[in-house]
Amino acid sequence: MSAAADPAHGGAYGPVRRKEDARFLRGQGTFVDDIRRPGMLHGAILRSPLAHARILSVDTAAALAHPRVRAVITGEMLQQRKLAWMPTLSHDVQAVLATDKVRFQGQEVAFVVAEDRYSARDALELIGVEYEPLPVVVDATRALDPAAPVIRDDVAGQRDNHIFDWSAGDRAATDAAFAAADVVVTQDMLYPRSHPAPLETCGAVAEMDPVTGKLTVWATTQAPHAHRTLYALVAGLPEHKIRIVSPDIGGGFGNKVPMYPGYLCAVVGSIMTGQPVKWVEDRSENLMSTAFARDYHMHGEIAATRDGRILALRARVLADHGAFNGSAQPSKYPAGFFHIFTGSYDLQAAYCEVTGVYTNKAPGGVAYSCSFRIAEGVYLVERMVDLLAAELGQDPADLRMANLLRPEQFPYTCPTGWEYDSGDYPRALHVAMDLAGYPELRREQAEKRARGEYMGIGLSFFTEGVGAGPRKDMDILGLGMADGADLRIYPTGAAVLSISCQTQGQGHETTFAQIVAHELGLSPDDVEVVHGDTDRTPFGLGTYGSRSTPVSGAAAVVVARKVRERARVVAAAMLEAAPEDLEWARGRWQVRGDPEQGRTIAEIAMAAHSSLELPDGVEGHLDAETVYNPPNLTYPYGAYICVVDVDPGTGAVALRRFIAVDDCGVRINPMIVEGQVHGGLADGVGMALMQVITYDQDGNCLGGSFMDYLLPTSLECPSWELGETVTPCPHHPIGAKGVGESATVGSPVAVVNAVVDALRPLGLRHADMPLTPANVWSALQGRPVRADVVSG
Amino acid sequence: MTVNGVSHTRDVEARLLLIHFLRDDLGLTGSHWGCDTSNCGACVVWLDETPVKSCTVLAAMADGRRVRTVEDLAHGGRLDPVQQGFAECHGLQCGFCTPGMMMTARWLLDHHPDPSTEQIREALSGQLCRCTGYENIVRSVRWASEYEASERGTGRRGAGQPGPAAGAGARPAGEGG
Repeated sequence: MSAAADPAHGGAYGPVRRKEDARFLRGQGTFVDDIRRPGMLHGAILRSPLAHARILSVDTAAALAHPRVRAVITGEMLQQRKLAWMPTLSHDVQAVLATDKVRFQGQEVAFVVAEDRYSARDALELIGVEYEPLPVVVDATRALDPAAPVIRDDVAGQRDNHIFDWSAGDRAATDAAFAAADVVVTQDMLYPRSHPAPLETCGAVAEMDPVTGKLTVWATTQAPHAHRTLYALVAGLPEHKIRIVSPDIGGGFGNKVPMYPGYLCAVVGSIMTGQPVKWVEDRSENLMSTAFARDYHMHGEIAATRDGRILALRARVLADHGAFNGSAQPSKYPAGFFHIFTGSYDLQAAYCEVTGVYTNKAPGGVAYSCSFRIAEGVYLVERMVDLLAAELGQDPADLRMANLLRPEQFPYTCPTGWEYDSGDYPRALHVAMDLAGYPELRREQAEKRARGEYMGIGLSFFTEGVGAGPRKDMDILGLGMADGADLRIYPTGAAVLSISCQTQGQGHETTFAQIVAHELGLSPDDVEVVHGDTDRTPFGLGTYGSRSTPVSGAAAVVVARKVRERARVVAAAMLEAAPEDLEWARGRWQVRGDPEQGRTIAEIAMAAHSSLELPDGVEGHLDAETVYNPPNLTYPYGAYICVVDVDPGTGAVALRRFIAVDDCGVRINPMIVEGQVHGGLADGVGMALMQVITYDQDGNCLGGSFMDYLLPTSLECPSWELGETVTPCPHHPIGAKGVGESATVGSPVAVVNAVVDALRPLGLRHADMPLTPANVWSALQGRPVRADVVSG
Repeated sequence: MTVNGVSHTRDVEARLLLIHFLRDDLGLTGSHWGCDTSNCGACVVWLDETPVKSCTVLAAMADGRRVRTVEDLAHGGRLDPVQQGFAECHGLQCGFCTPGMMMTARWLLDHHPDPSTEQIREALSGQLCRCTGYENIVRSVRWASEYEASERGTGRRGAGQPGPAAGAGARPAGEGG
């Protein structure tokens, strides 16, 4: 909290109540489905019932004859406009509407535009599609079998289901460290396919103005500016004639980063009919067709000395990307940031290799608050450390404490090249253990074990690299990941900050106002934050990967400081002093040594707009703009402890306590930070205990509704116990780090470690998520259930 | 039907869902459509004083009945204590589940003015929030409960404490059609 205590600043940090709440509490938010435009039509998508089939014919005559249907769009029609395929965010293409084949269940086949929501749905049933079923590849471990059917025969030269091979680290050094190790522990593990399932599904309202040629798309997007450029590239529309509005968004979690066929179909529908077209998917469509998360088959190996010094880590990953490689991550990194998998430990060497494959499953992969696959890396290393502790007969807390990076090692370059910025890891673990009462918990566990009760204590320690990212290393479709910010100061001192990222619940309208207020001696109430509308905001890459505060937040600081420096020159003219004789104190510019002589930003703004004769270098107002290109990622971290009670007779896991200590640097609004952590913990518990998108052998999605895809409720979630340490980020202008995904990344493995810890006396060594009662029970019987594909 | 005290008469398709009638026909977009299967509760409104999931109630089933939505919680520019509690305790993030959560919370406090944490959690357990991990929603409801108790304390000095909280049965009765 050092910056908050700095008297030179405005003291605007703290648990300020949210500005956003006023509209949401009254039911006056504006989500995409709340938008009504004059003459608006409604779209619906016909989806494939089959996971892999050749399309023989599509008959739309009956649908077109429906009295309320205005248009039916097929893949063939899009093909004529060269719109049947669109680029993904990973240098692949994805079918907008299928032309040759369908490649996963739920794939988009046709789009109906009708006068009302229900008629559009009715007409879907009037479309006749003739399919020729093809053999299905659901099991990623069989995708590269020579006999496996080739899913992507649309790609020239593609003869199998292989997408990429990628590796990081020093293989020879890692092999040498393993060869010299006393102890090597290995484990296969699956981080199963999950889905972010924001409570608001995806949708769009597209309106092409036939007179001006201006296209406006209100869409559920986490990246409105990137989407604008994509529409221009895909549809060949001039980019200045495209306006993307991301209004209130009912949760994103990465699900709303990619471009979806429905958005483009709504645009085409509006162009064809000359009227606005709304498309909003239902829950099953969201779960079956939009960006999934994880699906990483991992083999981990950890090497150590007999006395518990961890030497090296090795991982081999089979990555199931579904039918199209639609991962949303910086394009240099086909496995995202997985290779930060060495985690929080001081290792000699590490090496990982990742192979990506196609399967007949929905596309996606990088979503659900994973910090670009750091979720998978953290899961791997934290499971391996626990397995090593069990092998060595050491307490997992002791083993972690002995191997954590030490404060004096920062900045620290890990074996795979990431430069961790700052941290005091042992302190965070100590704080978590104190909060948990760790020794007492272990005593209680021993007593319960003696009574035949199965209590488990699970730890995790995670490090993330978030805030993508430095332009030299990170881009999405060639767009560097820097963010703009504009700040206008009105004559009365009211401020309007325009930012490129937008909120899906993170509270930017409040936090970013606090940032500016803090820098300029204003109240957050004096600062309006504009976001989510590409016509009103500067270019930037959007809100995902915990990048808002690290990148756009830094831009807001920098632009506010530009305004402040401009104000200094004006204040000097007002006070008849030299600018260098002024100092910024108590939220205003004052004459050094004569604090009675000072001017606030409001006074200076009025003067800048008045007849005051302005000195050279000031054009009139105080407004400023900037683009922030982060020098590095920020590296938040945390120590989590989970306590469970397991009934080995039923496999039921009762989550009793969850202690989370996060260090995300300086906290601008600690209330909002804690809310972010709470939500991420619930996600982690959900993934660990119940959430899974699985398929049968025919490629039928078995997680296609909230009756099948279980999410944690208020009864499965304990009352979270939070703690914090604050280690400022040395390169962020206010020392802040990202936090939005920390808990989702760090918590699942703490739950798994706790369950395995509980059942170790029964011989359990590992069990894959989700740890449903049935899966736990089966694992105890020595017949673990596969979470990726259901047999039979 | 009467919605938030205003009578509406419409001819509707037999299959029209109450949530779509409220949102599309009446323009009351505060209630949301989240899942279709009565699992998420973003669509919770009151039907004759009972919270229901309006994605699984036909509009025609509300014929002649009273519906109350989130738009009716605040009165005369004054927020309901439940709304105040959600603002005070950061009980909402994206705001999508919030209207449904608040309608259930209002029902709970009307029937159980001093619910235990367990009763609050049980009452909300038929609804999903993807942002908050529920903790601050529980705190928000508790805040509203305590606020209302203090209001009663000042308004009815000497009238004694509110009745003891009921045991089981805090879950809203209606789960929709």
